[in-house]
Amino acid sequence: MTPNEPAGSAGAASVDDAVGAFADAAGTPTPAGDSRTPILRARRLVKTFGRVVGLDGVSLELYPGEVLAIIGDNGAGKSTLIKCLTGAEVPDEGEIWLEGQPVHFKRPQDARAAGIETVYQNLAVSPALDVAANLFLGREERKKGLLGSVFRVVDQKGMRQRARQELAALGISTLQDVTVPVENLSGGQRQAVAVARAAAFGSKVVVLDEPTAALGVRESNQVLELVKNLRDKGIPVILISHNMPHVFEVADRIHIQRLGKRAATITPQSHSMTDAVAIMTGARRG
Amino acid sequence: MSQQTTEPPTSALDLAEEFLDRTTPLSRIRNTLHRYPALSPAIVLVVSVVVFGLLNERFLNPANLSLITQQVAVVGTLAIAQTLVILTAGIDLSVGAVMVLSSMVIAQSSVQAGLPAVIALALGLAVGLAAGALNGFLVTRLNLPPFIVTLGTLNIFVALTLLYSSGATVRGAEMPELLTWTGSTFDILGVNFTVGVVLMLLLYVAIAFILAKTAWGRHVYAVGDDRESARLAGIRVNRVLMSVYLAAGAILAVGAWIQIGRTNAASPNAGIDLNLDSITAVVIGGTSLFGGRGTVWGTLLGALIVGVFRNGLSLAGLDVLWQTFAVGVLIIVAVSVDQWIRKVRA
Repeated sequence: MTPNEPAGSAGAASVDDAVGAFADAAGTPTPAGDSRTPILRARRLVKTFGRVVGLDGVSLELYPGEVLAIIGDNGAGKSTLIKCLTGAEVPDEGEIWLEGQPVHFKRPQDARAAGIETVYQNLAVSPALDVAANLFLGREERKKGLLGSVFRVVDQKGMRQRARQELAALGISTLQDVTVPVENLSGGQRQAVAVARAAAFGSKVVVLDEPTAALGVRESNQVLELVKNLRDKGIPVILISHNMPHVFEVADRIHIQRLGKRAATITPQSHSMTDAVAIMTGARRG
Repeated sequence: MSQQTTEPPTSALDLAEEFLDRTTPLSRIRNTLHRYPALSPAIVLVVSVVVFGLLNERFLNPANLSLITQQVAVVGTLAIAQTLVILTAGIDLSVGAVMVLSSMVIAQSSVQAGLPAVIALALGLAVGLAAGALNGFLVTRLNLPPFIVTLGTLNIFVALTLLYSSGATVRGAEMPELLTWTGSTFDILGVNFTVGVVLMLLLYVAIAFILAKTAWGRHVYAVGDDRESARLAGIRVNRVLMSVYLAAGAILAVGAWIQIGRTNAASPNAGIDLNLDSITAVVIGGTSLFGGRGTVWGTLLGALIVGVFRNGLSLAGLDVLWQTFAVGVLIIVAVSVDQWIRKVRA
């Protein structure tokens, strides 16, 4: 606790877990009904790259139905933290639990199979394929009967149908035609395709890496709406972003990384953007 | 960290977007060509057939049309394999050499080793698959660029062919009938077709179906389109690439069989330059060398365009060098058009 924060208030920032203390450190703000257990929890993750310490014992909790933003300066360990959670890197030390079960991801496919879907900064979409084909890329559905089982023909019609349903369910109205090649879409629409793919297949956690970084104002707003829609559907979201207004608009809680550690976890209600930046840069302790 | 406080006025943004969305007749043409990559080669083929037909009445003669298809059969088959590789953003310089090596193995194992024709063909297929496996292994495991890999294997396969065959041609008359069967002809509505031409067309139908209708086909496009995206989408990129080179090898073995029928011989010196002709057919057919875009039907049209140009110009009495000149111009025009088409709201 910092001296300038009223201890015990709902908005109090938590210092990193004391050694041995298990996750729900006193004062960590949780969404309403905070007796719930985290859907995703990481404890004391350490990751070094040679002599460079990427993560220095970071813990993180993601609760059902919340948007958790991760902010931090360049080199603070945001990306490394996310890579460890999504299987792109294997942490040297520490533990990760998904729905209370310990998990050990060796590659991104492991995390995806477990229900953690990631939308990467560079947008993993195939420009020449259409919207529906991109949504089902890598998990195509085959036709029923001999055509599907012997000739392995994909069920194009069915997939397009389902793609429309999934997009409608996510409240994505900007993609009317699922047969358009993705390269004909705007940046925001492409982002929507990528997010829809992450959210569409019964995923438990969606991780968005800088989803608004390359977008204009209007497109950013569309993506932020989409993030809120995901939360309203009950899908917890981890959002990595540099953009404070965006973070403060959609996040329920904000995890601040600094120098490989969790500096604080705050809420948009308890702290201002200036506070967050101060904690991020070390001008103020969390 | 960016403390964004000023936002550009939204109205200006809307105006800009409307401006971008504005369609001119030219951009509409471009969008259409973009959506149907086989359309531009189809137009070129129809126009060139009409022009050459008007220039010389012998051009549209059934016998001449039949000749064109026969001349196209081998290159057309190799170009299927080439299309698959180019769709993955690769290139295969060894297609001609693999085809020739396979044809020599088929001929020699039958004539000199006295193996049954079916076994000889199976050995030819095995050679094609092994060559494809080698290319695929070097591209996926050693992570070498396909251009370099196949430039190397091109030389290796040429050398192996000459070592194995001692540079000698095997004449069709010495071979069992099955091996030269691809050169036998039959009649449809007065036009002569060879079995080889039909075999090529069947391959086109099969590969077009697989590319358009199966998950594997989509993965081939996705890998060529954006390899990293495909990987992140959970596609096993190396497995797809390996299967593409294996499939190409198998298709090349069929090409070897068609070549034996077409030339009624197996010659170690025939067709090594076909690698460039196959790339020409693919490129003129509208498949992008950058991968992820194109169809085998475009390639068939591309192969036919080259055949029609060569045949039509030679009927017009032009020097064979002018045919080569024309093909060169075609390639450059085709790639320029492809670049222009790719600029659609990119």
